[in-house]
Amino acid sequence: MNVPENLLYTKEHEWVRVEGSTATIGITDYAQGELGDIVFVELPEVDTDVKQLEAFGTIEAVKTVADLYSPVSGEIREVNSTVEETPEVMNQDPYGEGWIIKVQLSDTSELDGLLNPEEYTKLIS
Amino acid sequence: MAYLPHTEEDRRRMLETIEKNDVEELLEAVPEELRQKKPLNLPPPSAEMDTVSLLRELASVNGDLDSYTSFLGAGIYDHFIPSVVSHITSRPEFYTAYTPYQPEVSQGTLTAIFEYQSMIAELTAMDVSNASVYDGGSALAEAASMALALSKKRNGLVVSKGIHPFYREVMKTCLTGQEVEIVEVPVTGGLTDLDRLRDECCDNTAAVIVQSPNFVGSIEDLKEVGEAATACGALFIAVVDPISLGILKPPGEFGADIVIGEGQALGNHPSFGGPLFGFFACRDKHKRSLPGRLVGQTVDEDGKRGFVLTLQTREQHIRREKATSNICTNQALNALAATVYMSLMGKEGLREVAQLCIQKAHYAREKINELEGFSSPWDTPFFKEFPVRTTTFPGEVIERLKSKGFLAGVSAGCFDSSLDDVLLVAVTERRTKEEIDKLVELLGDLGGT
Repeated sequence: MNVPENLLYTKEHEWVRVEGSTATIGITDYAQGELGDIVFVELPEVDTDVKQLEAFGTIEAVKTVADLYSPVSGEIREVNSTVEETPEVMNQDPYGEGWIIKVQLSDTSELDGLLNPEEYTKLIS
Repeated sequence: MAYLPHTEEDRRRMLETIEKNDVEELLEAVPEELRQKKPLNLPPPSAEMDTVSLLRELASVNGDLDSYTSFLGAGIYDHFIPSVVSHITSRPEFYTAYTPYQPEVSQGTLTAIFEYQSMIAELTAMDVSNASVYDGGSALAEAASMALALSKKRNGLVVSKGIHPFYREVMKTCLTGQEVEIVEVPVTGGLTDLDRLRDECCDNTAAVIVQSPNFVGSIEDLKEVGEAATACGALFIAVVDPISLGILKPPGEFGADIVIGEGQALGNHPSFGGPLFGFFACRDKHKRSLPGRLVGQTVDEDGKRGFVLTLQTREQHIRREKATSNICTNQALNALAATVYMSLMGKEGLREVAQLCIQKAHYAREKINELEGFSSPWDTPFFKEFPVRTTTFPGEVIERLKSKGFLAGVSAGCFDSSLDDVLLVAVTERRTKEEIDKLVELLGDLGGT
């Protein structure tokens, strides 16, 4: 199971990559495997505020709909139109092309509440 | 022949297996004082011959459209139904099947529904249609819910009073408990007051909803309504008579976002007010918020075309409280009748039906207006239904003509007390010139008395 070392994780299977004050967010390889073929993603608009562990969108597989939870609080700076147009990229490249939103962090101390790669690996095994 | 599958022997063996002496023991959980002690007050079993005779006698108390000449409307109409319709709908595969949507064994049903959806989308000039809902009233409720779900920040609805009063009542009932602001726009001179409608549209309006032809038969200006909706960023929902689309421009061409209506007029008997079906069509971009069942075309593992229920993640059994609606049904048999009807009629046939309706209704109104004691309350463009102001109380007109075998129309006052001197008369392609002339003659015999 692919659990990159440079990321932090939530219990709801989202990952976050922090670069300065920008956080890039997506779903993990484990999540995309469990969901199966992803057919649709409902995303928020740029400039919307998100709060840590609050739902910011939904992700649809053929037989299920799941909420997407934000690992961090802040303002959405960018939304990945690629996942809107070709949601299957989230299955193919969950940590790269399959990123979902980029958030301007409002509180870096929140990162302490997230899981590190080791803790996340333990969660999914 | 007994219609219960179990013999006494079967029952005895079942009781033995579960170690009970009689069926009464299974009811032990029901408190003594609540248990039925006496047998139900039912007559003894009756032979088929006698039962049919009894039912025939009971049924004969009801009038039907073979014995009465009907000018009834107000949402349900006596249109011609080709006999082919019932030949197809009465096939047991369609008639008796319950929820036959498993694609492995229901390709016939799913294909028929896909055809139905395609025809409705074409008729209304919209992108997607669902597999039908219960009726026009619940279609309105569902459309309102969908608009509210789509406009996350707005909770206002601008609703014309020209929409069938029953539909508006159903919509309000279904929206109970939700924080909605419903503003009703009055009908003046037979048409929705468009100035008022424009005034009521604001940045909290999720949808503007208008019916055309409206409840009193007038054809509304959907272009103006569409523009008003666009101007305030609201969705435009149109409620229409599907037969009228044989000749009138479809709402899709006026930029409607959702098109709904009562589908009964397409190949379904009026019966005694049902069963009916509601049609529901929308734009492609909104299809994920579309309520109800949706049949889609796909290919099987051999690459052969097939049909399935699709986009099921919209529905409440998956999306739960986030679904637009909890409806998980459709009126398959009624929608099938409509599909057969539309296939038989085709574009030209439907146009002909619509044309005949217009011609006959206009002829009827002209003749009625020549009579003393009958007049048009206003002069608006209309399709197949029109109001008649009567000096004799409409209820009395209806009673007296009923005794002559004519159902003169519907008393508008039953729906709207401001119209208690108005009779709504509907004239479909079924009404012959002779029947219309006879109606006029009978009304003439009443007039002024």
